[in-house]
Amino acid sequence: MINKLSIIASITLGVLAVTTSLQTHSAEVESLRGASELDRNSSAPEHKRYAKDGRPIARDYVQQPPLIPHKIDNYRINLKSNKCLSCHSWKNYREAGATKISQTHFEDRDKHVLANVSARRYFCTQCHVPQVNAPALVENEFEPITAISGE
Amino acid sequence: MNSNKSTECNIICRLWEKLKKPSLRYSLGALLAVGFVAGIIFWGGFNTAMEMTNTEEFCISCHEMRDNVYEEYKQTIHYTNRTGVRATCPDCHVPKEWQHKIVRKIKASNELLHKALGTIDTREKFEAKRLELAGNVWKAMKKTDSRECRNCHDFEFMDFGEQGRRAVSQHSTALDEDKTCIDCHKGIAHELPDMHSIDPTGVIGSN
Ligand code: HEC
Ligand code: HEC
Ligand code: HEC
Ligand code: HEC
Ligand code: HEC
Ligand code: HEC
Repeated sequence: MINKLSIIASITLGVLAVTTSLQTHSAEVESLRGASELDRNSSAPEHKRYAKDGRPIARDYVQQPPLIPHKIDNYRINLKSNKCLSCHSWKNYREAGATKISQTHFEDRDKHVLANVSARRYFCTQCHVPQVNAPALVENEFEPITAISGE
Repeated sequence: MNSNKSTECNIICRLWEKLKKPSLRYSLGALLAVGFVAGIIFWGGFNTAMEMTNTEEFCISCHEMRDNVYEEYKQTIHYTNRTGVRATCPDCHVPKEWQHKIVRKIKASNELLHKALGTIDTREKFEAKRLELAGNVWKAMKKTDSRECRNCHDFEFMDFGEQGRRAVSQHSTALDEDKTCIDCHKGIAHELPDMHSIDPTGVIGSN
């Protein structure tokens, strides 16, 4: 009997301890979007626009997928067509004046080179993203590799 | 007095005399008048029919058009954009000048036939025939130098200073290379068909 009581007592104590610690924590933790009550809508952030087409953007580290220096609104990528490749494939890049996709885009995961763009490199926007002019959400001290950024 | 007048009668008056004479039972004039009125009614009705069939509502009254191309088009710039100016189906698919318009309307009776046959009455059937249908549109636009696009867009009035880097470099050489809008702007209003046969390097899969 005494055993049972002590078990119940320690469980309640444990639960209490956890909830109080959670409560103190939740006051400290704040998401990047700012604090807002769960049952209330947070205010919508200002709509950001993608930059106009520009020159290629310098890369910051080796193996970085280059950022997209142009708009991509309404560019469809699906199994029937891929708008990006209509300018970036090896057949089309000259006419479009675009950079051709590099050799790595033809390799499967075992480094076998395929005759056409590889499935793991087909959905371009998995890795390549356009940019908006916005302040960094988190402060950081990242320094690009000078060997490739050229600075 | 009567004879006096007929001697004075000039060409117009003589023509009038002729018209007053009964052809069989009715005077030629009356026949002409009736014909004239009928013509107005016919032409008016014809035009009204042309106008009625020249609206987006008409095009999407067929589910073949509504469930496929219309739904896709609603996601694109010609349906919704910054300024709220729209291009509707007939703007891109039906010529403005009447002689071209009539040719397009006669071709359109083919659509009625295929509606009745149910050629594209499911999404699967539509996708299977899509390459052919899109090909017809591309061919037509190539032949007319994308006339319908140019009804609204004109290179001459484009401010290249306002356009993107890629647009400027392509547009400024396009004319010399005998290119027309549809050569570079395929899929501007709808999803594309399977492009394998058009450009194997533009789609996934070995060939
Ligand atoms: C209409 C043609 C066209 C289309 C479509 C297009 N691009 Fe581009 N892209 C270009 C051109 C041209 C450049 C080079 C810009 C320059 O040098 O001025 C470029 C540059 C790039 C670069 C930078 C390359 C580098 O070396 O820094 C990336 C990455 C890129 N595009 C990715 C994409 C992706 C992903 C898509 C599809 C979502 C896409 N592009 C669709 C024409 C196109
Ligand atoms: C899995 C991530 C990934 C995907 C998906 C991907 N890329 Fe890349 N891409 C990279 C990386 C990493 C680089 C830089 C290193 C390299 O060349 O492999 C690169 C480089 C490029 C370059 C510059 C090539 C050069 O010679 O400098 C272009 C252009 C490009 N990609 C376009 C595309 C296009 C178009 C697609 C879609 C068909 C695509 N990428 C899909 C990761 C990816
Ligand atoms: C009676 C139903 C119906 C209506 C109304 C209709 N369509 Fe279609 N449309 C079809 C069918 C069915 C096809 C497929 C024809 C075929 O299989 O060859 C088609 C094909 C097309 C094509 C492909 C053209 C080609 O040359 O192969 C275009 C473009 C098109 N329609 C545009 C329009 C436009 C624009 C309107 C309004 C002015 C419209 N349609 C109204 C049923 C309709
Ligand atoms: C009824 C007039 C009209 C017709 C016909 C028309 N357009 Fe447009 N087009 C517009 C309007 C309006 C816009 C949007 C302008 C804006 O607000 O940015 C536009 C935008 C565009 C854009 C810019 C896309 C972007 O993302 O910025 C392209 C490319 C384009 N049209 C190509 C075409 C082509 C190709 C055709 C022929 C197949 C065509 N247009 C037919 C009125 C028209
Ligand atoms: C040689 C290829 C080519 C031809 C031909 C061409 N365009 Fe373009 N156009 C482009 C490219 C590349 C872009 C920029 C990329 C994009 O919008 O996808 C562009 C962009 C545009 C834009 C948006 C401009 C901007 O920067 O906001 C409009 C509008 C447009 N084209 C209309 C037309 C019309 C109308 C015609 C025919 C009179 C035409 N284009 C012919 C390649 C071409
Ligand atoms: C901005 C011009 C434009 C507008 C607006 C437009 N179309 Fe099209 N349509 C095209 C072009 C260009 C093609 C050729 C295929 C392609 O490039 O996507 C086409 C192709 C088609 C086809 C052949 C099948 C296919 O998908 O290729 C049909 C059917 C069609 N359009 C019907 C319509 C209907 C119905 C509407 C109105 C809801 C409409 N279109 C609005 C430009 C336009």
